[in-house]
Amino acid sequence: MSKQFEPKIVAFLCKWCASAGADLAGVSRLKYPPNLVPLRVLCSSRIDPQFVLDAFEKGADGVLIGGCHTPNDCHYITGNFKAYKRYLMLEKMLEEAGIETERLRLEWISATEGRKLAEVATRFVERIQKLGPLKR
Amino acid sequence: MSERVGVFICHCGRNIASTVDVKKIAQEITKHSNVVHSEDYKYMCSEIGQKMVRDAIKSKKLTSVLVAACSPSLHEQTFRKACESAGLNPFKCEMANIREQCSWVHDDLEKATDKASKIIRSMVDKVIDDKPLDAIMVGVTKKCLVIGGGIAGIQSALDVANAGIPVTLVEKSPTIGGRMAQLSETFPTLDCAQCILTPKMAEVAHHPNIQLLTLSEVISASGYVGNFHVKIRAKPRYVKQETCNLCGDCTEVCPVFALNEFDESLNVRRAIYIPFPQAVPSSFAIDDATCLGLNPLVCAKCIDVCEPKAIDPDMSEKIIEDDFGAIVVATGYDAYPKENIGEYGYGLIEDVVDSLQFERILSSTGPTGGEIRRPSDKKPVNTIAFIQCAGSRDKNYLNYCSKVCCMYTAKHAILFKQRVPQGEAYVFYIDVRTPGKGYEEFYQRAQTEHNVIYIKSKPNKVYLSRKGNPVIVAVDLLTNRKIELEVDMVVLATGIVPSMGKDLASELKIPLDENGFVQEVHPKLRPVECASEGVFVCGAIHGPKDISESVAQASATASKALSILSKDKILHEPIIAEVAEKLCIGCGLCITACPYGAIKVEENVARITEVLCTGCGACVSTCPSGAMKVRNFEDKTFYEMISEAAGVSSH
Repeated sequence: MSKQFEPKIVAFLCKWCASAGADLAGVSRLKYPPNLVPLRVLCSSRIDPQFVLDAFEKGADGVLIGGCHTPNDCHYITGNFKAYKRYLMLEKMLEEAGIETERLRLEWISATEGRKLAEVATRFVERIQKLGPLKR
Repeated sequence: MSERVGVFICHCGRNIASTVDVKKIAQEITKHSNVVHSEDYKYMCSEIGQKMVRDAIKSKKLTSVLVAACSPSLHEQTFRKACESAGLNPFKCEMANIREQCSWVHDDLEKATDKASKIIRSMVDKVIDDKPLDAIMVGVTKKCLVIGGGIAGIQSALDVANAGIPVTLVEKSPTIGGRMAQLSETFPTLDCAQCILTPKMAEVAHHPNIQLLTLSEVISASGYVGNFHVKIRAKPRYVKQETCNLCGDCTEVCPVFALNEFDESLNVRRAIYIPFPQAVPSSFAIDDATCLGLNPLVCAKCIDVCEPKAIDPDMSEKIIEDDFGAIVVATGYDAYPKENIGEYGYGLIEDVVDSLQFERILSSTGPTGGEIRRPSDKKPVNTIAFIQCAGSRDKNYLNYCSKVCCMYTAKHAILFKQRVPQGEAYVFYIDVRTPGKGYEEFYQRAQTEHNVIYIKSKPNKVYLSRKGNPVIVAVDLLTNRKIELEVDMVVLATGIVPSMGKDLASELKIPLDENGFVQEVHPKLRPVECASEGVFVCGAIHGPKDISESVAQASATASKALSILSKDKILHEPIIAEVAEKLCIGCGLCITACPYGAIKVEENVARITEVLCTGCGACVSTCPSGAMKVRNFEDKTFYEMISEAAGVSSH
């Protein structure tokens, strides 16, 4: 069998929910594939659409955005909604750029959902593996 | 001068070093043009490790420090303080999380090392870009809000108030006291619950620093540590509490009967009632859900007989708005709904009761005056069975252990045997857990002194015999024999579930765990702090716990709250937004993005109110001209970090 494709994935995780959830996954020793490299942001609303496009341009095969659950979990009140609106816009932009929209994923992961983070990470890596490397 | 970065990589014993090749990373990172120093050590957070950082700052003239270790939520403050003591601005120190988000979740040494190295390099880029920042000081509203008037909330409120800080205690029911007020005696000393609780309740009532709001709920909260703005909905009591003299004439004439919540529905009360005689505030209240419409034309019997003229049907709901510097959450627990556990016949068999109902049956102020009679025919009980873990430790209901049930069941059995010495008490248990001072001895006493019979078994059902008695069907796990035991009454040791709406958790921005209990920042080192700074948690809403633990935790929250409320000014994180005035076009899009109202446009330029800004960065990614930035989280930095994370290093 040929060597399995190891996708590069950039994961923008908000400090209060998704990154704290990733910390909990660690504390609970829940295993997931090492392909995601986490970048901690204060809020998912800080993620400029350009960051996501830049990640794809620079070699990422997938981008994960993790924020706080809607409607009310966001530490900054409405940041998750702003992230969601940008996600919808990004989907369209990716489509136009010929990049499969499945390569971008937005998930609400709370600080207590370590298990969800591990599951999302595992499934996302599998999905990108199926899609193969992003052709540039 | 170009940046001089020191990288310090922690082994964390074997926690990191067993899955990440720390030596290799320490060596390779020195190839980075700005990294002038790198070191690895077994425990970077120890005093020796911190000294390594301090020494290197001085000897290598470091301008930036990166510690690759655990999550920044654990030790960022530790290392920032160490840097500060060596003369480096604390904001020039960052942490790379290679434990929780790397070594602990991966097995493959090579891949984990590669990932750790990417994380570290991205953070090196960040710390190089970071600017030294000075703290911003903001004023503190010297008032504390305590939500929940059970024993935990009462203790917390008293401790804060006794330190001279005004407290507002919010309780949703007509009286404070909470679950503890319902209990008969407490384990392991068999102190009467009311006798130790009611003096504290009275202290709250008369404390000059405590404002008590009963029949009230927090409906919204905003702001930040030191300055929360809270809205409270206060429902009308329809009785002027300062005028009511507790004569009770009103309740005698009230024609409406409703189930008595305080007696866990074993009894009835009237629509105008006082939950129990020692209630605080000591005043009757009208339950507007059952009262005949609060229309004096329909029924005004109570108004007619009330001599001090305390009843006012025209009272209306009030919204109270106030500011607080700290918030304590102590909303307590509910018993697991036994209706869910169909196999034990609750609801079908009247003489199957839950633990809180049994507390009321045991209580001298309860429906039977403390005599143990069963609900169906009021017959005295001679044989009784207790089923432990009713709901708890059962994957069909609650996965967790409710912690207090083993002890309260031993208490129930002892109290039963004290009142019915010739009676028989059986306890069906899976395991008996008695960790606590004097707890094991108490449980032993139940068996040796009071002859309570413990049977290791999880009963599979309870049915009603022809004689009308509940029958327990079980298998004794120690003898492997089937048991069918007919008793007069069955008590289910129901588990503990959190009592707080998701709305309140959302308003306060505090995370709940998978079971709905409030999650603390760190289970061992920061056990009463919530993710939202300035919000603290105590009592059973944090997880099942007994009275002594709740009280201890409540005092801990008071001490934590006081560490904020005793200061005139506290530190406001200086990581906030900044405007490049030359680039700003005054469009005002940032104003709509800002959830805090921290931005206004003056003379065609956006300006930021520093104390209101929290640094979320929503304005930055909205700004069309690139004028807005968040300090130490600039776009340029992100692009560098993305390069490292995506695997294309410029170094």
